[in-house]
Amino acid sequence: MISDPFAATEHNRVASGLSRRHRTGKIWQAIFFSATVIGLVALVALLWTVLDKSFSYVAIEYKVDPATLSSKPLQELTNAELVNLLEANLSKNRFRTLDRKQTLTERTHADLLTLIYDNIVEPRALASYSMSQWIASSQEIRAEVAEKYPDAKLEFRAWINGDFLIDPLSGDPLLVGVRTALMGSLFLILITIAVAFPVGVGSAIYLEEYADKNKWYNRIIQTNIDNLAGVPSIVYGILGLAIFVRTLAPLTSGALFGNADANGRTILSAGLTMALLILPVLIINSQEAIRAVPNSLRQASYGLGATKWQTIWNHVLPQALPGILTGTILAVSRAIGETAPLIIVGAATFITSDPTGPFSKFTALPIQIYNWTTRPQEVYRNIAAAGILVLLISLLTLNAAAILLRNRFSRQHA
Amino acid sequence: MTTQTNENNIIIQANDLSIYYGSFRAVKNVNLGIQRNKITAIIGPSGCGKSTVLRAFNRMNDFVQSAHNDGKILFHGQDIYAPEVDPVQVRQMIGMVFQKPNPFPKSIYENIAWGARINGYKGNMDELVENTLQAAALWDEVKDNLKKSALALSGGQQQRLCIARALAVKPEIILMDEPCSALDPIATLKIEDLMRELSVKYSIIIVTHNMQQAARASDLTAFFTMDEDRAGLMVEYGETSQIFTRPKDKRTEDYITGRFG
Repeated sequence: MISDPFAATEHNRVASGLSRRHRTGKIWQAIFFSATVIGLVALVALLWTVLDKSFSYVAIEYKVDPATLSSKPLQELTNAELVNLLEANLSKNRFRTLDRKQTLTERTHADLLTLIYDNIVEPRALASYSMSQWIASSQEIRAEVAEKYPDAKLEFRAWINGDFLIDPLSGDPLLVGVRTALMGSLFLILITIAVAFPVGVGSAIYLEEYADKNKWYNRIIQTNIDNLAGVPSIVYGILGLAIFVRTLAPLTSGALFGNADANGRTILSAGLTMALLILPVLIINSQEAIRAVPNSLRQASYGLGATKWQTIWNHVLPQALPGILTGTILAVSRAIGETAPLIIVGAATFITSDPTGPFSKFTALPIQIYNWTTRPQEVYRNIAAAGILVLLISLLTLNAAAILLRNRFSRQHA
Repeated sequence: MTTQTNENNIIIQANDLSIYYGSFRAVKNVNLGIQRNKITAIIGPSGCGKSTVLRAFNRMNDFVQSAHNDGKILFHGQDIYAPEVDPVQVRQMIGMVFQKPNPFPKSIYENIAWGARINGYKGNMDELVENTLQAAALWDEVKDNLKKSALALSGGQQQRLCIARALAVKPEIILMDEPCSALDPIATLKIEDLMRELSVKYSIIIVTHNMQQAARASDLTAFFTMDEDRAGLMVEYGETSQIFTRPKDKRTEDYITGRFG
């Protein structure tokens, strides 16, 4: 307690209730601080679960132990030795089939290794133990695995690794990769941004700079946009299904451009649906950014004999751009993680070929994560965790790029 | 009510001008002839419509959606509110300097060059920038860092840059809306000196709250006040020396002696 130097006067601490007022302030400060802590704890818990699951000890059973195949580790063998291994361990028919698909001697080293794993070693994951489980009770786990799966080996595995990123989807959990889904997501976002950004910023400019806010139709448009921002994403999915997948099928399937497959369930339909989904948020954010441009700047421009468009293009937009980009980042982040509309619009849950153009069939990261979490096998939890990490990292990368871009613009106009 | 000392020397003339915001009449029946190459000050209490009248002279009121006028403003014998007149052209011929310095968030050079460029200036831009900055008495202070952001300048320098920017589009009249109210006394004096130099080539109309400023810096003074219905009106207009020493109207006398406003 601070001693009160004015205790003798009528303005002393007790009379003015100063201690009580300070105490109230302290209590509120503590409440706000704990709110922040709760948020942080939740975030750390989420990251911990995902990271913990991304690295695990797996009980793997091999049909043929790779150590018995050759004296050296398989990775160090030459292509010719690998082909010999295949020939020695496979039936004649199987070997010939593989050779016919693509001549074995012309295949890459990684390709041959995959063939050996798929056809000879045939590993099967039987159980998976996350890092925290392992650290807490490695002895019990060893004993359990030895008892339940006497033929299995307990191996450490980082589920998020280079192969996971570059391999296509696969039915085998130990060989599954995320490339198809990652490419799908990136393609999707590209289409979404390309459509939503110009349309959204254009609408925002119209509503803020041109529209007469006293006119009833402009007020209806504004109210509708504000409400559309809160519509559940699945509704946009249904809308996308009806408009882009069904009604506009000749366009979205590429049939009009000579694509033989007249199915509208393409990456273009999904991208357009996503664009529709983030459009209201993008418009509202861009409007805020344009509204934040001080009126004095517009007046300065008009005062020099500038037209409306010269004022908007040279002063309002450059000044609003950082804010518009921030809004776009938020909207696009939402689109990247969106699952429901993609399911409705018809993203494939299993597809092994990368998207090659706007008319490709596709899958996306959140679709795969959802799909993996619904599988009963324990290992798919680990794969889902690794997939979530990939999603988070690509989201952070995209945002970082957008923030760099934004900072460049705000520096130019500071 | 109009004092027109020399009919031929009038550059812009408000005839029976009333300005409305919606149904509210903000200014009524103003007759004001602004003389060429003179500094005309508009003084009066807050809310008497000084700024509204000033903004009517280059159609800046167009941006207030509910604003509309009665009467005429004649510039070169042409009513600037006539339908065939393009307000953009009016604003190029009648420049404006605002209350708060509002340079563009660009370089000093670009602040000056932009207005000239959009108005189709084809000559040597470096020369124009130097000339206008010199005319605005800013050249010596900024000539070494024209590429620097205009926002890095002091308030007084920014305001002189805004004046230079207005000069670069070659206006005939410069409207100044309390240009010194955000500045310190030294910067204020610099702007007043500058106005005096500029009045050789330009006609200046300045709205000010500062009566000393009006008395010091202007040739002619118009005194505005409010009616009972809060509509602004012009009480008296004449030579500044006459307004401040021998006002004809009681209301003017009360205001300048500090008994009202």
